[in-house]
Amino acid sequence: MDLNQLWYLLIAVLFVGFFVLEGFDFGVGTVAKFLGKNNQERRVYINTIGPYWDANEVWLITAGGAMFAAFPHWYATMFSGFYIPLVFMLLVLILRGVAFEFRGQIDHIKWRKTWDWGIFIGSIVPPVLWGVVLANFMIGMPIDADMEMQTGFLFFLNPFALLGGIMFLSLTTTHGLQFLTLRTTGDMQERARKVGRTIAPITLVLVLGFAIWAMIKTDIFVYHGTAWIILPLLAWVALLLSSILNVKRKDKMAFTLTSMTIILLISSVFIGMYPRVLISSISDANSLTIYNAASGAYTLKLMSYFSLALLPFVLGYTAWSYYIFRKRITKDDELEY
Amino acid sequence: MLDALVIARLQFASTTIFHYFFVPISIGLALLIAIMQTIYYFKGEDVYKRMAKFWGVLFLINFAVGVVTGILQEFQFGMNWSTYSRFVGDVFGPSLAIEALAAFFLESTFLGIWVFGWDRLSKRVHLISIWLVSFGTVLSAFWILSANSFMQNPVGFEQVDGRAQMTSISEILLNPHLWSQFPHVLLTSIATGAFLVAGISAYKMVKKENLDMFVRSFKISITLGAVVVFLTLFTGHLQAQYIVEAQPMKLAAAEAQWDTSGDPAPFTLVANIDTDKKENTLSLELPYLLSFFAYDEFSGSLEGLNQIQERYEKEYGPGNYIPPVKTLFWSFRAMVGSGSVMILLGLYGIYALRKDKILEKTLYLKVMIVAIALPFIANSTGWIMTEMGRQPFVVFGLMKTEDAISPSVTAGEMLFSLIAFNLMYAVLAAVSIYLYVRHIKKTDFDELPTPEDSKDPFDQKEAKGGANIGS
Repeated sequence: MDLNQLWYLLIAVLFVGFFVLEGFDFGVGTVAKFLGKNNQERRVYINTIGPYWDANEVWLITAGGAMFAAFPHWYATMFSGFYIPLVFMLLVLILRGVAFEFRGQIDHIKWRKTWDWGIFIGSIVPPVLWGVVLANFMIGMPIDADMEMQTGFLFFLNPFALLGGIMFLSLTTTHGLQFLTLRTTGDMQERARKVGRTIAPITLVLVLGFAIWAMIKTDIFVYHGTAWIILPLLAWVALLLSSILNVKRKDKMAFTLTSMTIILLISSVFIGMYPRVLISSISDANSLTIYNAASGAYTLKLMSYFSLALLPFVLGYTAWSYYIFRKRITKDDELEY
Repeated sequence: MLDALVIARLQFASTTIFHYFFVPISIGLALLIAIMQTIYYFKGEDVYKRMAKFWGVLFLINFAVGVVTGILQEFQFGMNWSTYSRFVGDVFGPSLAIEALAAFFLESTFLGIWVFGWDRLSKRVHLISIWLVSFGTVLSAFWILSANSFMQNPVGFEQVDGRAQMTSISEILLNPHLWSQFPHVLLTSIATGAFLVAGISAYKMVKKENLDMFVRSFKISITLGAVVVFLTLFTGHLQAQYIVEAQPMKLAAAEAQWDTSGDPAPFTLVANIDTDKKENTLSLELPYLLSFFAYDEFSGSLEGLNQIQERYEKEYGPGNYIPPVKTLFWSFRAMVGSGSVMILLGLYGIYALRKDKILEKTLYLKVMIVAIALPFIANSTGWIMTEMGRQPFVVFGLMKTEDAISPSVTAGEMLFSLIAFNLMYAVLAAVSIYLYVRHIKKTDFDELPTPEDSKDPFDQKEAKGGANIGS
């Protein structure tokens, strides 16, 4: 494996990590407002992701930084090309971040409801936009010979991408509900389970529909041979199993499986893109690859050393933080938000 | 219609300045809270725990806004400045990536652990977690400044196929610009947090509320603040000396020195600057001082703007290399002026504390409330001087700002994002200030959003008792 491949792999891992981790807190943010019958219950739901959502977002920031460092052209083309979707994404991520922090500051019903809306909007818009962006990754974008992408906002909103957005929102919602089943108790847990059970079939249909349409419209799932079709298939099977285990109250397993669905689905996209990082719909020659978009060998090597030195610590204390707060959250607990 | 370049620059300026309201508070407050909690750890006095929690609430509000505006700060390079990103990603990107990997994960994870861990962790581990947050904020500053220093004084690279490629990380990390800038930024950030804590404590002391907490907070913060702000005299001075060598244009503009000065060079205190005629029509000068600022001795002349312009035209081709002189001149004075007042206030505070008369000095305490604004003025004008003094270059000597923007983004799109984000900033600023004021005005600290107090009956009693002493 050369350094370009290593860095593509690392960035893919960062994105997968981001979608799995922030995926469930997007999901929690999406349902907390409706699932909680009163303020106290909403607080409990939000507090299940309390210690994590900020660090989860750092996965995205790190992925962005790693793209900038290892594949500057990827970073530059993507961020300037997806300009308007990114503006919206950043606006709602800002709203979301402060909403978590501001919500608990004042014990007043209108105040809390305002920020509940902030959390809701900030949790439902990003998965939709990411779904749209990833779907556009798969079909390719009009990238010219200068690596510039000339598009308007409406370009991104083709039907396939819209399905991608709705599918991804549904998936993070299911994932988040599964997380809540794992982290709450009693009545609140049962409610999360019940809603999860209702949404699961919709998610199953959407993921399947998206995968089939992607098979017809793109070569992503079979770019390296038809055998790779196993990945999206396994993703779907994992989702199916998780919904069965949800009913059987095997919550840990069920959550592991929704995580697997996201891991497999996002991985299959990154594998199908490889060695391209951005596919040009104008000409294959214009596609950005892990070689023509990359930094010099010195930078890649240097970054590898830094990552190898730092990643064990990051993963270690992240795992530790999940371990400390492993206890389920109840209404009698210390609630921060 | 504004053109894309102007909008992109406005976007960068507004985001950076807004983001930089919150960053130094985070750096300074994290350190102060860590100090308070350390005292609590060793002395076991409950009041220090309440102090850590009280300032912790402000820290959290502040940190949240700092983080979310920081995301935009990182992503706007790719969004608005894609040509720049392609050109320097190789050298500039690693600093950002390592900052995220080394600092952001550390800060956000251990902040989560700190906030939610009051009663779930041992006192020692909990104390270590706030120190790690503080360490993370400093580490983050170091890495982002290593990126900024490359823009100011590019080193450790070679140009390959029209792109800058890194050749030596040690040169980048030993960039003299970085080492002239980092200590100054670190000290001024600590001073910002310290003056914020001191100012708010002063407000409470004037009101005679919760004196047990706020006199202690004032003591810790004004002592730390006075020391660090005094040290910025030296770090600032070192920076000026470095800039004379590396970016003479920046210093000449900050001095509105149109033509090479006499020897020794006087320091211009105030001047009426005419940028069209390229002269100062009226100026008040202090003899010898500029020579001293620049060279540590009372002799030596300073090259003028016009002379440097001629030199740069030969070196970099035709063009205007003189940055906005008035802005730099007055920014520099606002920065130095604010810093000087802070030094005096800090020294007087320590004097009054030593004489044990601080509570009687109500006028001084009232001034300290207003003085919360001083570090923000100094920080913003300092950055305006640093960044605008580099113009017309985005990477000094290598790439001009006008060549750096994204060709695929229209002016309309940029304008939309500029307006959207600035509206967002306005809302964030208003809400944060509102929450700050609201939190500060509290006197009954049982209401702090740390419901642990209501859970542990013993703790609750203590907290109530403590609050009563002050009120």
